[in-house]
Amino acid sequence: MRIVAEHLSYTYNEKSPFETAALHDVTLTIEEGEFFGIIGHTGSGKSTFVQHLNGLIRLPASLKHAKKHKAKKGQPLPPAPVLKVGEFDLSDKKTDFRALRRHVGMVFQYPEYQLFAETVRDDVAFGLKNFSEKKLTEEEIDSAVCAALEVVGLDFDELKEQSPFELSGGQKRRVAIAGVIVSRPEILILDEPAAGLDPLGKKEILELLHRLHREWCKTVVIVSHDMDEISENCTRAAVFSEGSVKYVLPPKELFRRTEELTALGLDVPLTAKLCAALRARGIDVDCDFTTEDFADKVLAYAASHPKKEGDA
Amino acid sequence: MKDVTFGQYYPRDSFVHRLDPRMKFLFLIAYIVAIFLATNFYGLAVCTAVLIAIIALARVPFGKVLRSIRGILVLLIFTALLNILFVDGETVYAQWWIFVITREGLLFAGLLSLRLVLLVLCSSMLTFTTTPVALTDGVESLLTPLKWIKLPVHALALVMSIALRMIPVLMDEVDRIKNAQRARGADLDRGGLMHKIRTTIPILVPLVLSALRRADELGDAMDARCYMGDKHRTKYKKLHFTWRDLLAFLVGAVLITGVVLLRIYLPAPF
Ligand SMILES: Nc1ncnc2c1ncn2[C@@H]1O[C@H](COP(=O)(O)OP(=O)(O)OP(=O)(O)O)[C@@H](O)[C@H]1O
Ligand SMILES: [Mg+2]
Repeated sequence: MRIVAEHLSYTYNEKSPFETAALHDVTLTIEEGEFFGIIGHTGSGKSTFVQHLNGLIRLPASLKHAKKHKAKKGQPLPPAPVLKVGEFDLSDKKTDFRALRRHVGMVFQYPEYQLFAETVRDDVAFGLKNFSEKKLTEEEIDSAVCAALEVVGLDFDELKEQSPFELSGGQKRRVAIAGVIVSRPEILILDEPAAGLDPLGKKEILELLHRLHREWCKTVVIVSHDMDEISENCTRAAVFSEGSVKYVLPPKELFRRTEELTALGLDVPLTAKLCAALRARGIDVDCDFTTEDFADKVLAYAASHPKKEGDA
Repeated sequence: MKDVTFGQYYPRDSFVHRLDPRMKFLFLIAYIVAIFLATNFYGLAVCTAVLIAIIALARVPFGKVLRSIRGILVLLIFTALLNILFVDGETVYAQWWIFVITREGLLFAGLLSLRLVLLVLCSSMLTFTTTPVALTDGVESLLTPLKWIKLPVHALALVMSIALRMIPVLMDEVDRIKNAQRARGADLDRGGLMHKIRTTIPILVPLVLSALRRADELGDAMDARCYMGDKHRTKYKKLHFTWRDLLAFLVGAVLITGVVLLRIYLPAPF
């Protein structure tokens, strides 16, 4: 399933003193099979955008759009917003949003805070039961839950009867992710999946996402603050700033724009900083900004320029 | 959840917003006394006019204020029906089994409903125009005399301010949890009563847990900053009465006097 968004705009609490513009004319296409990153300063509209993708935030109906802009005469009508996820047209009110949500899994920030059931099994099975058309047998539920727990690296037999509230933080988050992927969505969206975890926990979650991308969900979209996370993992990344998309580029090209990103208040990966520092000293290393590639390229450079020193 | 407007501050820079919170409290009390002293429609008409003037002066949209009645709508209809159907009187319009509809019953129901509505609207105007912090400061200051009878006034005021502060936070939390469960296929927008009850569990459990977690964190944060109650504490914002408050005081006094005079010179309709 391909995600196509054109001219999306969104304002929270419209026409009240608490009005905040969150998105402004966002146009973005995410192809099937991508591991797509969304980065941006806090409040730049990343979460608002991804909540559009499974219909939690709805587009205004086209009639309303035309009406709203009719008042300002003399100006041409701004293009109507378009949002399509595969076959689903999200600007159509009659779209079956529950069917859509089955195909677009969404893991919110701190997903462990939405756990509620008495046992891990019941919690993971919640989404499965909601989305299935027929009533599932206990065996079918068990096998689906077992598979989902296994792919997130947890043991079904050990945990099934446990209360989800007795688990450790990292385990809870895995259970919550299992609760979303259990219905086998084609697209998986994760909002800050590694927030609040220690470096090891972060690494494990990212490995898990790669595994999911390989074996489970065709497309993975992650929202993140962490540039290293993006540079090491994504095929392409979109940079959000003040509600609009500034760049959509593969990380390799993105992080060559160190200065522009810094001007937007964003950090860049450590490797990009080092590259920029080296370039300032007249050493141009061309790498894709993953730690390994950077080290290789610097060593290669050092080997081919034996007179100068090129410390990694 | 956005329709729970009671207790929500509506930011504006107006005469009413700038009044001293203590004065607003006293005015509210005076207003409530006036409502119950008014035994006829003339008195209540005066009260209504004053309320409309306050709302206009505060520049809060009327629709927004009116929405706060929703919370008591059931109570309102119930008491009105009770009065219409059971109050005895001389002019009987209709009679059936144990029910009687009389002129007196209708009038009484009208009076009572109007009182309830005015009461709720005026109280919600207090919260529309006063920040929770100012509200608590006002309560604390007004209750200070009760410290003499060993009432923990400061702690009470703090509890109140935290509760008020947490209403919007928890409302946001409800939205977040609802969205998370919707994303897992929960059907929260349709279905009958039983279905609605079943679907509250996935919302209620995380909500209660989150409220408890927040309470814990807040307690720890207060401990970490050596909060010890009101001993040796000074105020960041001191409250002062100004000419505005004097004006409000006069209006309140005139209102009560006026209502009392109307009660004496224009007798009750029954
Ligand atoms: N429920 C809401 N009600 C009102 N305003 C909101 C709401 N959610 C977000 N906003 C506002 O919309 C803007 C965009 O918010 P959004 O959550 O999309 O940002 P973000 O990029 O996800 O930020 P972060 O990195 O902090 O999660 C912000 O200005 C925010 O204050
Ligand atoms: Mg966010």
